[in-house]
Amino acid sequence: MAVVFEKPKSLADVPLHYCPGCPHGIIHRLVAEAIDELGIEGKAIGVAPVGCAVMAYDYFTCDMIEAAHGRAPAIATGIKRCRPENIVFTYQGDGDLASIGMAETVHAAARNENITVIFVNNAIYGMTGGQMAPTSLPGQVTQTSPYGRDVNHCGWPIRVCEMLSTLEGPEFITRVAVNNVKNVNAAKKAIKKAFQNQMEGKGFNLVEVVSACPTNWGMTPQQALQWVESDMLPYYPLGVYKDRTAAKEGK
Amino acid sequence: MAKVTFRTDLCKGCGLCVNACPKGLLAIAADQINAKGYSPAVMTDMEKCIGCAFCATMCPDCIITVEK
Ligand SMILES: Cc1ncc(C[n+]2csc(CCOP(=O)(O)OP(=O)(O)O)c2C)c(N)n1
Ligand code: SF4
Repeated sequence: MAVVFEKPKSLADVPLHYCPGCPHGIIHRLVAEAIDELGIEGKAIGVAPVGCAVMAYDYFTCDMIEAAHGRAPAIATGIKRCRPENIVFTYQGDGDLASIGMAETVHAAARNENITVIFVNNAIYGMTGGQMAPTSLPGQVTQTSPYGRDVNHCGWPIRVCEMLSTLEGPEFITRVAVNNVKNVNAAKKAIKKAFQNQMEGKGFNLVEVVSACPTNWGMTPQQALQWVESDMLPYYPLGVYKDRTAAKEGK
Repeated sequence: MAKVTFRTDLCKGCGLCVNACPKGLLAIAADQINAKGYSPAVMTDMEKCIGCAFCATMCPDCIITVEK
């Protein structure tokens, strides 16, 4: 018998602290699989966020560094410019990337920094106990929107891929999801491409992964994945929002 | 013939593998408790397993190995 599925080597052999059914674990694995398949474990440097993935530095076997809240793309910029031979990625939640860190995100994309950003959109602040995020949906009940997000009071959720794809700068902007096997497999391909582009020196890559937070959404893991399908994906459609190389080649 | 192995002590009993199995072969063992204090996922009929690895694809804790 041959092994058809096992833990990737770049994912450390330690228990993950995430809640039961939290897709952060799936997304970690996809990143580790991409690192393994591209053979870049010795060259990769990851930047961990503030958020539930704050301990990502313990979960990947490559070099890791911890950024202040939202600053991962700035740290990644510094590392990549000093060490262009390394492959540099950030792993960030929506509070980290699209709230406190929005400036760093937009400017790193505008400068077309040659880095890879993994953006986990679970429409809530997980780590701090479920406050409203810039990506929380209209009407979504959170700790800070107990009657549902009122867009007249709090504004509308931000579609990061759509917004960044209006910039000339970035190379590759795409949105994927991990709510079922088919989407997980597509997410894997997108993440691998986002690393490959960096290896080829193409510039800024962002993969938004529509995720879930069963704990703070107050759902079972399976209900949360269903809510991704029924409520998240209509507001956050999957697809490639920018692919400069493909556009150039007329694809 | 396929074989699925769980690192049962790391299972959090989230059940995503149970829902992912196209043959409905997995279950949460309500009568068992693992080292973490969760009722873990178990294989109920290994003979019928087709080795598609859908369970492992959805496992957030990467505790499933699939052989075929
Ligand atoms: C400068 C600063 N401001 C606020 C916080 C509190 N804080 C910790 S995590 C977090 C948001 C996390 O949400 P998200 O980035 O969506 O990640 P998740 O936990 O959902 O994965 C906040 C506001 C902090 N640690 N540092
Ligand atoms: S709080 Fe939410 S995002 Fe954080 S580990 Fe738990 S389920 Fe995942």
